[in-house]
Amino acid sequence: MADGTGVLILGDATGGELGSTTQELLAAGQTIASDLGEELSVALLGDTLDTAAQQAIAHGAQKVYAVNHPLLAKYQIDFHLSALEALCKEIAPRVVLVARTSEGRELAPRLAFRLGVGLAQDCLEVSVDAAEKRLLANRPVYGGNAIAVVSCDQTPQIAAIRPKAYEPTAADSSRQGEVISFPVELDASLARTMVVDTVIEEAEGVKLEDATIVVSGGRGLGGPEPFAHLEELAKIMGGAVGASRAAVDSGWVPSNYQVGLTGKTITPDLYITVAISGASQHMAGCSGAKVIVAINKDAEANIFKEARYGVVGDWESVLPALTAAVKELTQG
Amino acid sequence: MAVKIGVLAKQVIDPEMPMAAFRIDAGSKKVVPPPNIPPVVNGFDENAVEAALKIKDAQEATVTVISAGSTFALDVMKKPLSMGADELVLLQDDAFENTIDSFLTAQLLAAAIRKLGGFDLIICGRQASDWDNAQVPLGVAEILGMASISLGKKVDVQDGKVRVERIIPDGYEVVEASLPALVTVSNELGQPRYPTLRGIMAATRKKPTIWSAADLDLDAAQSEPRITLRDLFVPVRDQKCEIIEGENAADSGRLLALKLREDKVI
Ligand SMILES: Cc1cc2nc3c(=O)[nH]c(=O)nc-3n(C[C@H](O)[C@H](O)[C@H](O)COP(=O)(O)OP(=O)(O)OC[C@H]3O[C@@H](n4cnc5c(N)ncnc54)[C@H](O)[C@@H]3O)c2cc1C
Ligand SMILES: Nc1ncnc2c1ncn2[C@@H]1O[C@H](COP(=O)(O)O)[C@@H](O)[C@H]1O
Repeated sequence: MADGTGVLILGDATGGELGSTTQELLAAGQTIASDLGEELSVALLGDTLDTAAQQAIAHGAQKVYAVNHPLLAKYQIDFHLSALEALCKEIAPRVVLVARTSEGRELAPRLAFRLGVGLAQDCLEVSVDAAEKRLLANRPVYGGNAIAVVSCDQTPQIAAIRPKAYEPTAADSSRQGEVISFPVELDASLARTMVVDTVIEEAEGVKLEDATIVVSGGRGLGGPEPFAHLEELAKIMGGAVGASRAAVDSGWVPSNYQVGLTGKTITPDLYITVAISGASQHMAGCSGAKVIVAINKDAEANIFKEARYGVVGDWESVLPALTAAVKELTQG
Repeated sequence: MAVKIGVLAKQVIDPEMPMAAFRIDAGSKKVVPPPNIPPVVNGFDENAVEAALKIKDAQEATVTVISAGSTFALDVMKKPLSMGADELVLLQDDAFENTIDSFLTAQLLAAAIRKLGGFDLIICGRQASDWDNAQVPLGVAEILGMASISLGKKVDVQDGKVRVERIIPDGYEVVEASLPALVTVSNELGQPRYPTLRGIMAATRKKPTIWSAADLDLDAAQSEPRITLRDLFVPVRDQKCEIIEGENAADSGRLLALKLREDKVI
């Protein structure tokens, strides 16, 4: 493919509204596009796109490609891939940004391979080498022990951005932009996978990803029962409970509690870890927390290199006292 | 008919090694393998072996493990055989050195899969714990024109179809595809089985098939690099931790609450 021009964001319009990860990509994309001196556009796929298209413009898109098709109403990888392949070939962007969501994890690599180009995976930060017009992507590797700076050698240069790596910029409804309808032909027989059932295992109360306060437990808790104490503390503060992979692998809590590289990425104001050692793969999911607190009996544990406040001690003594005091302070 | 299963497994530096042993050679932009800590089979790939063996427990199946790299610790790479896999194919060449370029790795593996006559089902790990790319399997599926289902925690084969419980953020979905298909699995699949003594004995007798670049039908046009590594560094952590010390552990817990209140985070 020739050199291409412009920055294209693969947007999310699930439920007819612009997804929060797309707003984050728009924040990243605005800087990239203006550094390149090129246009910022968003691709939206679905069957009701009008509202999301206007929201994308309010968040900074100059153009929205609306790919309307009944078969795109719900995410299905083969349909989405086929539509995106057609769009990328037609408009030949220089840069494509994708959010590394549940769908983006599959779409971004397959799209890159289909177009015969490289993908900068799981980026925390993207910038531009203005002279070469190359995207420079910072991405954690080796479980977060190192950061690699990579660039893609062909065009389009595709980067998958980790959710929550960027803060969305404020919407401004006075912004103007153009909505272009992009027709695609899709055949139902393209679909090679079929979802036959969906099982939602949502935890009660505040969602882990959205919580401003999170209390997480690790292997040092020794079993599932202590999580009840974590629930209690979280509840008093209006927070949610998370866990390390060791606690999940032990079967103490469901896998959607897992925080980390291969679990959830969270950015709460307060993150309290209880009996978690602070392995790099765990920290990869919570290093964006404003204040990290560690309760661990081992003064040498890595978590004390990452935390703002720490208590060296047995959680069985520390946690009840902390909970009682928090209760007193917050509930008078 | 026996289900022909291929498992893609990578040899990696032990991700559980102490952080202090993690070192980068700035000149070559490479991670230096820690001395005295042997490499391991990528953890998620052991899950992939387990997923394949579970299918083999239930029905007639063959399990072939394929790995690409420039050097191998043979005793490490034989672990899947000792768990119960039938065959090991090593793609070994200086040119196959561990790189961040998933495009090239996927080309190699796809060429080997073609040479082996293809598989009904290919099972991979969700990501390799070195470069954390999570792309090679999707690339292999794309090159071979197969369906792919990622992040499986349960994989069943029945009536020419694969049925996968795929993890989504709030639970899981059940996804089906006709064979041939490719599936990636995650640790939620459960603890991989331990090698049995009999398995270990059988594995020592088995010789891996070893292919170099010359043995594979590689498309020169597809062997251009896709990614340039510009820099590799260890991020600096400059967090200063304030240790809260009361008269005893409980008192420290109480003081911690006061501190958080003082800082207005609660
Ligand atoms: C590819 C890959 C991906 C991974 N992804 C993730 C991920 O997404 N999330 C994740 O969390 N991990 C992940 N891991 C695993 C990670 O490397 C660690 O193994 C894991 O985070 C350890 O969990 P832990 O801290 O609970 O357990 P441990 O490391 O065993 O730590 C337990 C801690 O509890 C303390 N303790 C024990 N008893 C007490 C007590 N009575 N009171 C107070 N403290 C006590 C100990 O001092 C110790 O520090 C991943 C690993 C790999 C290889
Ligand atoms: N060199 C390799 N040899 C064999 N399998 C590999 C190799 N690289 C990646 N894979 C497979 O692809 C999965 C994802 O790897 P990656 O895309 O590199 O994160 C791994 O879990 C393996 O199943």
